[in-house]
Amino acid sequence: MLKIPRNYDPSLHPFELSREYTRALNATKLERVFAKPFLSSLDGHRDGVNCLAKHTRSLSTLLSGSCDGVVKVWNLTKRECVRTLQAHEGFVRGMVVRYCGSSFFTIGDDKTIKQWNMEAPGYGEEEEPLNTILGKTVFTGLDHHQKKGVFATCGQQVDIWDEQRSTPIRSFSWGVDSFSSVRFNPVETELLGSCASDRSIVLYDMRESTPLKKVIMTMRTNTLCWNPMEAYFFTCANEDYNLYTYDMRYLEKPCKVHMDHVSAVLDVDYSPTGLEFVSASFDKTVRIFPKDAGHSREVYHTKRMQHVICIKWSADNKYILSGSDEMNIRLWKANAAEKLGVLAPREREAVNYSQKLKEKFQHYPQIKRIARHRHLPKNIYHQRNELRVMKEARRRKETNVRKHSKPGSVPVVSEKEKHVVSVVD
Amino acid sequence: MASPGEADVNASHVEGKGKKKQPPARYWQELPDKEKGENKDEGQVEQQQEEKKKKEQQQTQKAKKRKRDERPRDGKRVISGKSDPFPGPVPVPQDRMQKFKRNDNIRKTHRKHYKLKEIITRSADASDMAQKQAARFDILLPEDAGFLEGDEDEDTCTISQEDIADAVDITSGAKYFNLKLCQFGPYRLDYSRTGRHLLLGGRRGHVACLDWQSKQLMCEINVMESVNDVKWLHTEHMYAVAQKKWLYIYDSNGIELHCIRKFNDVLRMQFLPYHFLLATASATGFLQYLDVSVGKEVAAICTKTGRLDVMCQNPHNAVVHLGHTNGTVTLWSPNQKDALVKMLCHQGGVRSVAVDKTGTYMITSGMDKKMKVFDVRAFKPLRSYFLPAGASCLSLSQRGLLSAATGDVVQVYRDVWSTPVTKPYMAHRVRGSVWGLHFCPFEDVLGVGHGEGFTSMLVPGAGEPNFDGLDANPYRSAKQRQEWEVKALLEKIQPELITLDPTELGQIDQTTFEQKHQVRVDALGFDPLAKEKFVPKFKKKGRSSAGGVERRKKQVAHEDQRDVIRKTVEDRRKMEEERKKMEEKKGALSSKKSALERFRK
Repeated sequence: MLKIPRNYDPSLHPFELSREYTRALNATKLERVFAKPFLSSLDGHRDGVNCLAKHTRSLSTLLSGSCDGVVKVWNLTKRECVRTLQAHEGFVRGMVVRYCGSSFFTIGDDKTIKQWNMEAPGYGEEEEPLNTILGKTVFTGLDHHQKKGVFATCGQQVDIWDEQRSTPIRSFSWGVDSFSSVRFNPVETELLGSCASDRSIVLYDMRESTPLKKVIMTMRTNTLCWNPMEAYFFTCANEDYNLYTYDMRYLEKPCKVHMDHVSAVLDVDYSPTGLEFVSASFDKTVRIFPKDAGHSREVYHTKRMQHVICIKWSADNKYILSGSDEMNIRLWKANAAEKLGVLAPREREAVNYSQKLKEKFQHYPQIKRIARHRHLPKNIYHQRNELRVMKEARRRKETNVRKHSKPGSVPVVSEKEKHVVSVVD
Repeated sequence: MASPGEADVNASHVEGKGKKKQPPARYWQELPDKEKGENKDEGQVEQQQEEKKKKEQQQTQKAKKRKRDERPRDGKRVISGKSDPFPGPVPVPQDRMQKFKRNDNIRKTHRKHYKLKEIITRSADASDMAQKQAARFDILLPEDAGFLEGDEDEDTCTISQEDIADAVDITSGAKYFNLKLCQFGPYRLDYSRTGRHLLLGGRRGHVACLDWQSKQLMCEINVMESVNDVKWLHTEHMYAVAQKKWLYIYDSNGIELHCIRKFNDVLRMQFLPYHFLLATASATGFLQYLDVSVGKEVAAICTKTGRLDVMCQNPHNAVVHLGHTNGTVTLWSPNQKDALVKMLCHQGGVRSVAVDKTGTYMITSGMDKKMKVFDVRAFKPLRSYFLPAGASCLSLSQRGLLSAATGDVVQVYRDVWSTPVTKPYMAHRVRGSVWGLHFCPFEDVLGVGHGEGFTSMLVPGAGEPNFDGLDANPYRSAKQRQEWEVKALLEKIQPELITLDPTELGQIDQTTFEQKHQVRVDALGFDPLAKEKFVPKFKKKGRSSAGGVERRKKQVAHEDQRDVIRKTVEDRRKMEEERKKMEEKKGALSSKKSALERFRK
């Protein structure tokens, strides 16, 4: 390597801005060139993948449960299945790894909760659950407490279980017949949120005997996910194609409405930094949203991927895992253009520099156009346009109605307020 | 008198006992009791004041102690309790800070854009830090610039080149040399951007390129045609030669790479290194731009001003300046079909133009034997000099020295724009009349092409002493050059970005009136500001006299209304009559007194 003397005198470096702009343009183009997010697909399931679970201690381990009751444990570095077990009869509805990582729980359509050892049984031994609890009704959702040996299930009511007991230590119900998912808050660990089939989201405090609050929306919410960094916020995936981020304290209207999907959103998961989340939808796409943006920054799709049922963001913030109807689990990069592997210092420097340039010139029309462009499957593209037309028509009609009625009788309702029916304390 | 050492001893452990504590004395502080012996009265007063101060100190001791602890612990802290006498980073001189200042005064938002405000302050902080760091780095640059200094009453212009060459070291002395090429002259020349390579083009067809410092000839050809101008392209491997009819591109081995027939009768050329554009001015009055990276003609502009023989570029904004025979200088960019600016600079034709590297000053010389300095940012004349012979060629060095060729004498001037100059800084007579002048970048050398060949003369203080290794590196290896070439090509600035103000790209694009109007028209469906369409009057023969028209108008104006008016007047009159009658009746009725009237009070 030769020594390179530098002189930063601005008159020796003319056209500073134009050159930076050109660099930014090139960096943006290269980003699009290198945007190859799909890494691999893990196949082996004989039925649609219904649930995924991250290992709490090991980055390279992933658990998946399918619609035929099979649970598979995957090694993500080798991209192969290391263990298969027939956990339930019928669907595996939910799965969660204990906070210590030594065992995991599964629930299924056969009304059982089973606890399994994370270690595979020795050669010749049979797969036996550590513990089996037979419930009265079907369970649909499961989540484990962050620090204690306590877990929650949902079905006809939300139950809090102690690992040592075979009956729930607490049951919550609020006039609803079924819940679809339940999640513990990762920061305020005693709080829970659940989605009910009467279009409501119910919040609980584990220490109290009655639920805290509920918000009823216009359409049903499928799942919710708490922000792992900001305890108050959660995002829920709704049937009306949108996602809503709520502040737990002010449920009257969501802080943000995230639109872009063209079909029901089925699952959502936050990145460990809490800045972004990923959503899986019935429209066969996966989208990544910044937490405070109304539209997605990225959309992932392949020709073969069918309805995406479950999604997880890996704990190292680098990968996204999606499980879909057509029996595959797919591994994606969280940043589509990111280079994987160790970066040399100069490489790292160049990446940081181009990142900064892209940020500086992001609002320039030429650069914005290139950075925003995403190829969409034809049907999604058309559906999106159709939705846009419908929305515009609705808006036009509303303005016309307002124009021809008594002033003040047709109030302007913001997009955020539109989707909330009521809040019950 | 307490020496610093004693003060420290006192200060060491006695604080707890409530003894008065003095801060350790410093050698740079003025000692208060220095003059005690000389005037006692004053001394006493001082003593009292001191005591007072001490009392105050005692009171504030605790606070001070706290303060001392808070002091940033930079530098080495000596065990004895002494702190660094020069705390904090070394201050940077103001002029250096000014050198690295960018003109990005971001306006503060009046509205409550909290996020935006934060972003703005953060980026302002970052640019401040960058400016400071660059200024700090500037102090450490290895080379210094300097000028030739004569003895008392000695003009530097009388010092001959031989004397300078003898006085300096051998390597520098070898940079003064003559090439005697009397066969194919006069010569035009060009130095490559790194300053290592020299290209010579003789009027009668001789083209040579050489590594002039090692004096190695790279190639030498005779194109068997007259040569108007020669120019290096982005590297020392390609150069362009404007020949009698077409423009040719050769490589450094003298092999013809291209003959560009779209560019004919080229007289002068300029290469814009960051845009990879070769701008040519032709005898037919065309200014053409060739993108040398892709070989495409970017723009061809008909200037409609006749033969274009005077040309230079503004290195700050890549605008091309052309001088014309009517005394005007015009500024051109490839994006516009007509001149950006036209300046009348001279009475009589313009002979030569030069622009300095900061893009602030333009120097012109004309047939009126004047040399003028203009501020090209404000388009204002600054100074005018009269040269008895008139300057045929002008060239500006990196550090702002101006060389002007008058006949066979080359004169070099210093500070032409800041102070009125009376004498040249240096002068040198060459053998034939001068045809081309060029300062060598990063060297104190001026190349002069003339009728009898080429002279390389020493001009101390001409070149920039510190080069930047990533931009134009005179000592770069082949590998470095290749890497630089790839990077430079990737960073090629598009010709659309050539503007008078190169920072225009960073300014906010506010919606113009036209844009706003267009939006309004689209929304309304019609143009509210449109002029009414002209509808020609229907005239009949003999009926268009002014009086007749007026009369006709009057008739027509009231004819249809008269009936109506008459009717309404009639109606109103009737109504009035009826009303009167009614009132009379009422009055008659009311005049009769009722029976109850008498009870009225």
